[in-house]
Amino acid sequence: MTKEEKQRLRKEKKQQKKNKEKKDDNASQESEKEKKSVSSSSSAPQPPTQPATQKGGSSCCSLKNVHDMVQKVTLILIFPVVKRLPEHIQVDNPDVLKKLAKKLERQQIPLRLDYGYKVSLFSHLHQYSRKAPLTQQLSIPSSVIHPAIVRLGLQYSQGIVAGSNARSVALLHAFKQVIRDYTTPPNEELSRDLVNKLKPYISFLNQCRPLSASMGNAIKYIKKEISNIPSQCKEEEAKGKLLNCIECYINEKIILAAKAIAKYAIEKISDGDVILVYGCSSLVNHILCEAFEKNRKFRVIVVDSRPRLEGREALRRLVQRGISCTYVLISAVSYILPEVSKVFLGAHALLANGYVMSRVGTSQIALVAKAFNVPVLVCCETYKFCERVQTDSFVSNELDDPDDLIVTRKGKTQLEDWQQVPLLGLLNLVYDVTPPDFVDLVITDLGMIPCTSVPVVLRVKNVDL
Amino acid sequence: DDNQMKDPDMASAVAAIRTLLEFLKRDKGETILGLRESLTSATDCLTGVDSSVAVSSGGELFLRFISLTSLEHQDLSRCKKVMEERGELFLEKISMSRAKVAKLCHTFIKDGAKILTHSYSRVVLRVLEKAAAEKKRFSVYVTESQPDAAGRQMAEALRKLNVPVTVVLDAAVGYVLEKVDLVIVGAEGVVESGGIINKIGTYQMAVCSKAHNKPFYVVAESFKFVRLYPLNQQDVPDKFKYKADTLKTVQNLSEEHPMIDYTPPSLITLLFTDLGVLTPSAVSDELIKLYL
Repeated sequence: MTKEEKQRLRKEKKQQKKNKEKKDDNASQESEKEKKSVSSSSSAPQPPTQPATQKGGSSCCSLKNVHDMVQKVTLILIFPVVKRLPEHIQVDNPDVLKKLAKKLERQQIPLRLDYGYKVSLFSHLHQYSRKAPLTQQLSIPSSVIHPAIVRLGLQYSQGIVAGSNARSVALLHAFKQVIRDYTTPPNEELSRDLVNKLKPYISFLNQCRPLSASMGNAIKYIKKEISNIPSQCKEEEAKGKLLNCIECYINEKIILAAKAIAKYAIEKISDGDVILVYGCSSLVNHILCEAFEKNRKFRVIVVDSRPRLEGREALRRLVQRGISCTYVLISAVSYILPEVSKVFLGAHALLANGYVMSRVGTSQIALVAKAFNVPVLVCCETYKFCERVQTDSFVSNELDDPDDLIVTRKGKTQLEDWQQVPLLGLLNLVYDVTPPDFVDLVITDLGMIPCTSVPVVLRVKNVDL
Repeated sequence: DDNQMKDPDMASAVAAIRTLLEFLKRDKGETILGLRESLTSATDCLTGVDSSVAVSSGGELFLRFISLTSLEHQDLSRCKKVMEERGELFLEKISMSRAKVAKLCHTFIKDGAKILTHSYSRVVLRVLEKAAAEKKRFSVYVTESQPDAAGRQMAEALRKLNVPVTVVLDAAVGYVLEKVDLVIVGAEGVVESGGIINKIGTYQMAVCSKAHNKPFYVVAESFKFVRLYPLNQQDVPDKFKYKADTLKTVQNLSEEHPMIDYTPPSLITLLFTDLGVLTPSAVSDELIKLYL
């Protein structure tokens, strides 16, 4: 750049600075004028000069706004806007924590503190202890949060209600109770006030246990239904309509979807099959029970893993029906896979790029099954389809209580004092993500689709909505 | 069957659809539901005679296409006329489909290319015709394709086009693959996963070409898209694997040789259809548009 150009640039910068200062001055002048005009308007006689300056001031104000907007637009064009990360995966950022604390204080919900040393790869996620549920910090009776929601939060954090279908259904039932007990305060509209009432409940439940994708979709649906209530609708009628909507949602998306999925899945189960299942998925159990009732001859291998040991629940349910089962731990999966003809997996959510988010250990089973050329079928209702995109299990996950990994065998508890050891961290992940190359078929209530067609279903659903 | 004997160049599915159209014209049903039922039973009858995937898929798509319009007319004869018109349109579209496929595919055959193909496919023949017409020089290896030695028929047809052709044994596919540049096969049916159902021996060819890193192209018309989702070879229904007469006469199917096999989508590079050039994962997208 030549000298003259440099000088020109410097001059331009100075000019811009001056303009900014002038505008700031103007702004302060405007605010003073506005304050004066407000105070003067409250007093009775108005001098004739005031309106003139007010008018002049207001026109100046509008011009300033336009200029501001133009500046902002040019700034945006020069500096691209960065998409904000969701708060729940930015726990190691102190600013985000401060914002969250402020928001919770405003909503009068206690803040739950993280527990124990977090492994550095996952330090951006929350890690709570089951022994310190949020409800202990609440006063009884709680004025802000409905008791049904408090009970639900406790059930979530203690793991009494677990599994994505169970959690969604419990959430919807609790919301039904909230709507039944709701009365519109005077001078408020139901459609707006109820949505605002639900916000602190959702923050509370999020603090007890991070929301799942299916719960997120259910909440979106409810909020949409509430805001679509016409304002002239009477309260009883509106409440009845909302309760009906929620019933329909549960019925269509969960119960009927399970029946449709079972119908398609039974076509894929032939006599003499050996089916492998992992953990306890309500949908997969339903499918197997239905197939058994339709007199298909098959046997099941249930794979289980610590620390949740959910496979035992699945085993109990299947054996009760009379299905012959085998029980192994996940470390024995490559040993029994040569016997297996099909693998049925449940899903927590299906992401927009075709990845399957499910209980930790699922991607391992899918990988080993692929190596043995065993077909892997994932069963998932369409309400669990999520617009998120994820390629690894690190960015967004859930950390469970690390104390769950401590086990007592033969009277000795090895990891009891893990907190004392400075560099030791216990990692208890809840979810992992399976790439679509390992999944052969996804069975949904719309039919059987390959894993790569999930965005097509999302597109079709959005058109329907 | 009649139709097929008259014109050996017509696919059996097209003949079936023409028959269905005739049936529709002659049907004396009173209700639309009755009409639909009789058409479905006619399709079943046709698949009973010639149990190929294409006939069943073609029949189902024909039925869908003609009923995918507003049939809200009061008069049944008017409805029937609308359905007949759409049927003629469908038939016209699919008779143009082979030309469209040939137009898309011939550009992938470079000058001096060596092509491997399997058994007798009229679509592949059309593609190679088009490429020869564009003055491209290429040579073709055709597998013999037992048990009906259909590969020899293909070799005869290619010799008439003055294309240098060699017939190889089915067992020699792995041997000859290092010499070829690309593999083109037809398909009897394209399934929801993006895989194909074709004459037995196609799966082997696909596995070998994957091992040699040679592109494996499939040419198929869109009426061959079928709502099936096989997980492996065993999962393909028996009614497609064996000929219709075999199914009726033979008791123990485990001693019969299957006529078709299933090639999974992971082994296929591209599919050339009259809907465009598709990757295997796009097939499901197209199927959702066609059937839903």
